[in-house]
Amino acid sequence: MTVDTASDNTTTKDQPSMLHDALPRKPLIRRLLDGPELMIFGSLIIIIAIFTVMAPAAFLSGINLRNMAIEASMMMILAVGMTYVIIASGIDLSVGAVLVFSSVASLIAMRATGSDASWVPVLGLVVSLASGALWGLVNGLLIARARLTPLIVTLASMGIALGLARLMTGGVDLTGVPRSIVTSIGIGRLGGLPVIVLIACVFTAIAGIALHMTRFGLYTYAVGSNEQGARRAGIKVDRHIVSIYVISGVCAGLAGYLTLARFSSTTISGHAMDNLKAITAVVLGGASLFGGVGSMYGTAAGVFIPVVLASGLIIVGLPSFWQEVAVGIVLLAAVLLDQYRRRSRSS
Amino acid sequence: MTTPILSARNIEKSFGQVRAMQGASFDVDEGEIVALIGDNGAGKSTLTKILSGVLQPDSGEILIDGKPVHFDSPLDARTHGIETVYQDLSLAVDLNAVQNLYLGREISAPGLMGRLGFLDKKLMRRRAQESFTRLGVRVPDLRAAVANFSGGQRQGIAVARALMWAQRVVFMDEPTAALGVAQTRNVLDLIRRVRDNGISVVLISHSMPDVLAVSDRVTVLRHGRRVATYATGAVTSDELVAAMTGALEREGASA
Ligand SMILES: Nc1ncnc2c1ncn2[C@@H]1O[C@H](COP(=O)(O)OP(=O)(O)OP(=O)(O)O)[C@@H](O)[C@H]1O
Ligand SMILES: [Mg+2]
Repeated sequence: MTVDTASDNTTTKDQPSMLHDALPRKPLIRRLLDGPELMIFGSLIIIIAIFTVMAPAAFLSGINLRNMAIEASMMMILAVGMTYVIIASGIDLSVGAVLVFSSVASLIAMRATGSDASWVPVLGLVVSLASGALWGLVNGLLIARARLTPLIVTLASMGIALGLARLMTGGVDLTGVPRSIVTSIGIGRLGGLPVIVLIACVFTAIAGIALHMTRFGLYTYAVGSNEQGARRAGIKVDRHIVSIYVISGVCAGLAGYLTLARFSSTTISGHAMDNLKAITAVVLGGASLFGGVGSMYGTAAGVFIPVVLASGLIIVGLPSFWQEVAVGIVLLAAVLLDQYRRRSRSS
Repeated sequence: MTTPILSARNIEKSFGQVRAMQGASFDVDEGEIVALIGDNGAGKSTLTKILSGVLQPDSGEILIDGKPVHFDSPLDARTHGIETVYQDLSLAVDLNAVQNLYLGREISAPGLMGRLGFLDKKLMRRRAQESFTRLGVRVPDLRAAVANFSGGQRQGIAVARALMWAQRVVFMDEPTAALGVAQTRNVLDLIRRVRDNGISVVLISHSMPDVLAVSDRVTVLRHGRRVATYATGAVTSDELVAAMTGALEREGASA
C-alpha cells in the first residue's frame, strides 16, 4: 500500500513499497538552492581569491588578517544570537543598543568598586551578561506573552536601552576599564591568536552545536517553521521564544564586554548600525526572514563577506564605500534567492 | 451497551460572535471507525481540536471511559492515547519527515549527551523508516525538508505521524483531501487496518462514498450540534445529505 501522488509505477497492493526506490537525482541548481550556505561560502572564497591575487602581500599580511578576524569576531557574537532569533522567525533590532547599555552598566559597576582586585573583571562580565539577559527577557516576554510584534518591541527597547545608557553616562564615553581586561582580552594573544577571536570561535562553536544537534536547536527551527504546529506537538513555544531573545541579549552583553576590553572605554555612538549588520550577516548566510531556515556556518560566512570586502577594497585602492554597495547587492541577491526558493516549493 | 472510550457532552465554543459549537455531543466506541460529517463550517474541525486539547471548550464535558477529563493542552490528549491529523496537517515544513514524526517526542542520545540535549538521530531515522514502511507511506527523501514534497506526500507524513503514536483514538480531519483516487483508497485501507488493531478512528470527510465504504457509524454535525447518528449499513447517501443540510432534524437516532 502506498500513499504517494506519483505511485503509478508501483501497482502492487498490500505490499509495502520500497521507500527510496525512486529517489530522483537532484540537479546542481536545485542543490544550490536547497543549500544557500554553499553559495555564500563560494562567494566568500571567490572574493578572498580575487583580493589575494590583486594584492597578496598586503591582503594576506599578518596584521590585515588579524584585523579582519577581530572585526568579524565582534560581529559574529551578535550574529550568533541573531541567527537563533531569525530562525525562530523573529528579529532583534535592539542588539547594538543592548551592547552599549551592557558595556556602560558593566563599566559603571567595575568603577564603583574602586578596586583593582582580580574579581572586578569577573563582576564586570557578570553585570554585562546579566544586563543583556535582562533586556532579552523584556523583549522575549513582550513578544511571546504580550504577543507584540518583534520589530516594534525591539525597536522600542533599542531606543530605551540606548537612551538609558546615555543618561547613565551623561552622553560622554566613560573610561577607566581595568588594565587587566585590556591586556588579557583586548590586546591579549594565546598561541599567536587574538583572545577575542578565540572567544568568538569557542562561543560560535558551542552555539552552532546547540543549534544543529540538540533538542533546543530543533525546537528553534520548529517554532520558526510552524509556531502553531510546534504548539500542537507539545513544545512550550512561549518559553522557547523568551529564551531565544535572552540568548540574543546575552550575546549583546558579551559583545559589550569585549568592546570595553578592545577600546578600553565605552563606545556609545559606535553601534548604531550593529543591528542591521548582524541581520545582514545572518541573511547573507542563507537564513530566511520567514523563519525555519538558517545555519550557524552560513552566518559565519555571512559575517566575513562585509569585513573582507571592506578591507580588501581599501587595499586594492578602491573607495571603501564600494563595500556598502557590494554588500547591499549581495543582500538583495540572498533575499531574492530565498523568495525564489519558497515559490518553487510545491504547496 | 458499552461505555464509549471517548465522549463529548454538550460542548459549547464561541469565537467572538461565531458560535462554532452549540451543545455538541459525540461518542467514540472502542475499535470502531466513526465518520464525522457536516457542511463547511458545521464545526467538525473545532470539535476535533477540542477533543485533541488544542482548544478548550467554553462549557461541556469530555469523558474518557466514562470519567470526566480536562485537556489543557495537546499533551493531555496525547497522554490519553489520542492523536490527530489536523486539517492543515500541522507539519513543520522546514524540518524533514523524521523530525516531524518525532517532534515533541524526540529520542535522546544515551547517557550524558542525552542529558545535554543531544538526540539519537540514527535511531529515530531507523524507526521512522520502519514506520513509513509498515504503514506503506512513501517518503521520497528522509533528509529533505517536508516543504519540498507534494501535498499528498505531506498528507502521508501527517497520517503516519498520528498512526505511529496513537494508542486509542485517531482523529483524521480530511486526511484524503489532497489525494488521488488510488492514494485515497490506500489511506482508507490503512484506516481499516488501524481499526483492526483495536484503535478507533474518527474520519472527517466530505466524500460520501468514502464515508459509506469505510465507517462503522456516521455522526452528522450541523450548526455546532449533533443532528444524527447512524449505523453505516443502515443509511444511504441521500439520507446523510438530508441530515447535513437540515432537510431532516433528528438527534440521537443512534445505532
Ligand atoms: N479560530 C477561529 N476564529 C474564529 N472563528 C472560527 C475559528 N475556528 C473556527 N471558526 C468558525 O467556527 C465555525 C466552525 O468551523 P470549523 O472549522 O470547525 O468547521 P468545519 O466543519 O471543520 O468546516 P470545513 O468542512 O470547512 O473544514 C465556522 O463558522 C468558522 O468560521
Ligand atoms: Mg474543517
